[in-house]
Amino acid sequence: MPAEELQVPPAEFESYYGRPILKVTRWREPHLPAYLFLGELSGAAAVLGVAAQATRRPGLVRAGRVVAALAAAGGSAFLTAELGRPERFLHMLRVAKPTSPMSMGSWLLIGHSALTSAAAASSLTGLLGPLGSAAAAGSAVTGPLLATYPGVLLADTAVPAWHSSYRELPLLFAGGALTAAAAAGLATGALTGDPRDLGPSRALALVGAALEGGAELLLERRRDIAAEPYHIGEGGKLFRYARAATVSGSVLALAARRSRVAALASAALLAGGSLTAKFAVHRVGIESARDPKYVVQTQTAGWQ
Amino acid sequence: MSGNSLYGPLADVSGDAGYVAGHPERVGFFTDTSVCIGCKACEVACKEWNGLPDPSADRLTLTGMSYDNTAELGSDSWRHVAFVEQAVAPASALSRDADGQLIISASAGDTDDSGSATRWLMASDVCKHCTHAACLDVCPTGALVRTEFGTVIVQPDVCNGCAYCVSACPFGVIDRREGDGRAWKCTMCYDRLRGGLEPACAKACPTDSIQFGPLSELRETASARLAELHAAGVTEARLYGDDPDDGIGGAGAFFLLLDEPQVYGLPPDPVVTTRDLPAMWRWAGIAAGVLAAGVAVAFAGRR
Repeated sequence: MPAEELQVPPAEFESYYGRPILKVTRWREPHLPAYLFLGELSGAAAVLGVAAQATRRPGLVRAGRVVAALAAAGGSAFLTAELGRPERFLHMLRVAKPTSPMSMGSWLLIGHSALTSAAAASSLTGLLGPLGSAAAAGSAVTGPLLATYPGVLLADTAVPAWHSSYRELPLLFAGGALTAAAAAGLATGALTGDPRDLGPSRALALVGAALEGGAELLLERRRDIAAEPYHIGEGGKLFRYARAATVSGSVLALAARRSRVAALASAALLAGGSLTAKFAVHRVGIESARDPKYVVQTQTAGWQ
Repeated sequence: MSGNSLYGPLADVSGDAGYVAGHPERVGFFTDTSVCIGCKACEVACKEWNGLPDPSADRLTLTGMSYDNTAELGSDSWRHVAFVEQAVAPASALSRDADGQLIISASAGDTDDSGSATRWLMASDVCKHCTHAACLDVCPTGALVRTEFGTVIVQPDVCNGCAYCVSACPFGVIDRREGDGRAWKCTMCYDRLRGGLEPACAKACPTDSIQFGPLSELRETASARLAELHAAGVTEARLYGDDPDDGIGGAGAFFLLLDEPQVYGLPPDPVVTTRDLPAMWRWAGIAAGVLAAGVAVAFAGRR
């Protein structure tokens, strides 16, 4: 049976002049996708730096730390610019609230930014090496959480496509984080010319692509009505582009040791694939909130 | 904090939020749409009392949705009267009470020359002031708070406009105001409540479609009204948001409707998103572990 026929059959539903029941998210492009991408890049790059240090790869250590710090700073900038009152960013730190993923995420981002900045500064200046390493070790704890908590951020909404995907989204973001960090590692290896930098980055590209692709496959295989925007429309299209970029990037990574151009092209494809997947997730949420059928049909089909 | 802080019925919603014993009892709205005449006095009174901004010139448009040009609840409209026009069979459009008298209500249709009838549903929508309010749960600044009356309000001096509440509300009520940057919604006239007055919309409603009072009393009023309508043959009448066992722990503002909720633009069976929050954090934790393990695998066995 072709995949299309497995779709939930069109059902009758009533609405108020076809208007949305939910408010369509006020989170904008490129702010939200860029924040998601930079957060996961920073998180995985921090872990990459620590793993490189443990295996004595100085070029990759420095790259991991610097990328982690810059991406955290960039992510913070996008998060702040997204606020209706950016000058009130510090109001995020009035409370620490476990029921608010954005509160938890803000604290994570602040802590992770401080740790990665310290580690990068130590690496660049050569000062306070042990303290820099301790900060880097700390960022290897905050990093993975910073990369995957956005799965909770998006799922903890009324948007059916996001909420129903609280299992898949963190895995998707973990995979995207790995491919983004692999891109940073491959670019570093291409620039330093050190084959020892390329080996683990290549492996990271394959692991990340497998995880990202696996999470997308989980979403793809779902045939419930809430998951429909992952297959159709702009979101579905962007997901297909993202997957094509990630797969070709990881294949190209195999040639990274032979060709500097291949390494750089692979890095660009992997980073582009990860970023495109973030745009796809955003578009999926917009469509899911915009069409009232998703709210009505998920709530009348006993889905919850 | 009690065991049901994220989901399920909650006997004392203000107490759960930290108010000490002796706080005022929980108040709410019962909006009986069967007597709504669509006058929009509630919308006007709300705008007047709360000083809500005029719609900008480019939004002063005719929607083509019957007499509804407000279109939706939002940052500048805290009451919204929906107008639904339905073609119905003449027999079902008219209902009679126990004595055989015609009931003149929103469910009674006017028969035209061709014999078909139009039923006109009108309903004044408002923030539901949920027992488990997703907007309040997800607010990262503490701008959204539970009041001593059991209602939910935004503190404008705290809100930084992150817009998380906008996506969390299962009813699409709260929104960020253009040009202002902060989130706004119905306060159930918190200032009037503090002064011992009823909210402006309830005060202005000429047919008592909007009733204000202690929530426990309103629930009794509502079930009596429902029984009355059912006895009169208006079998399509139903309560919406009155059940403490529903997905939001019951609404502080609930309704008597004459059709399915989605016909009025309401979600049929909303569930507070934070019900699943512990599971969401578990999956994020698992994914974080997978990420770290992925890096370890990539470096393992390489010199």
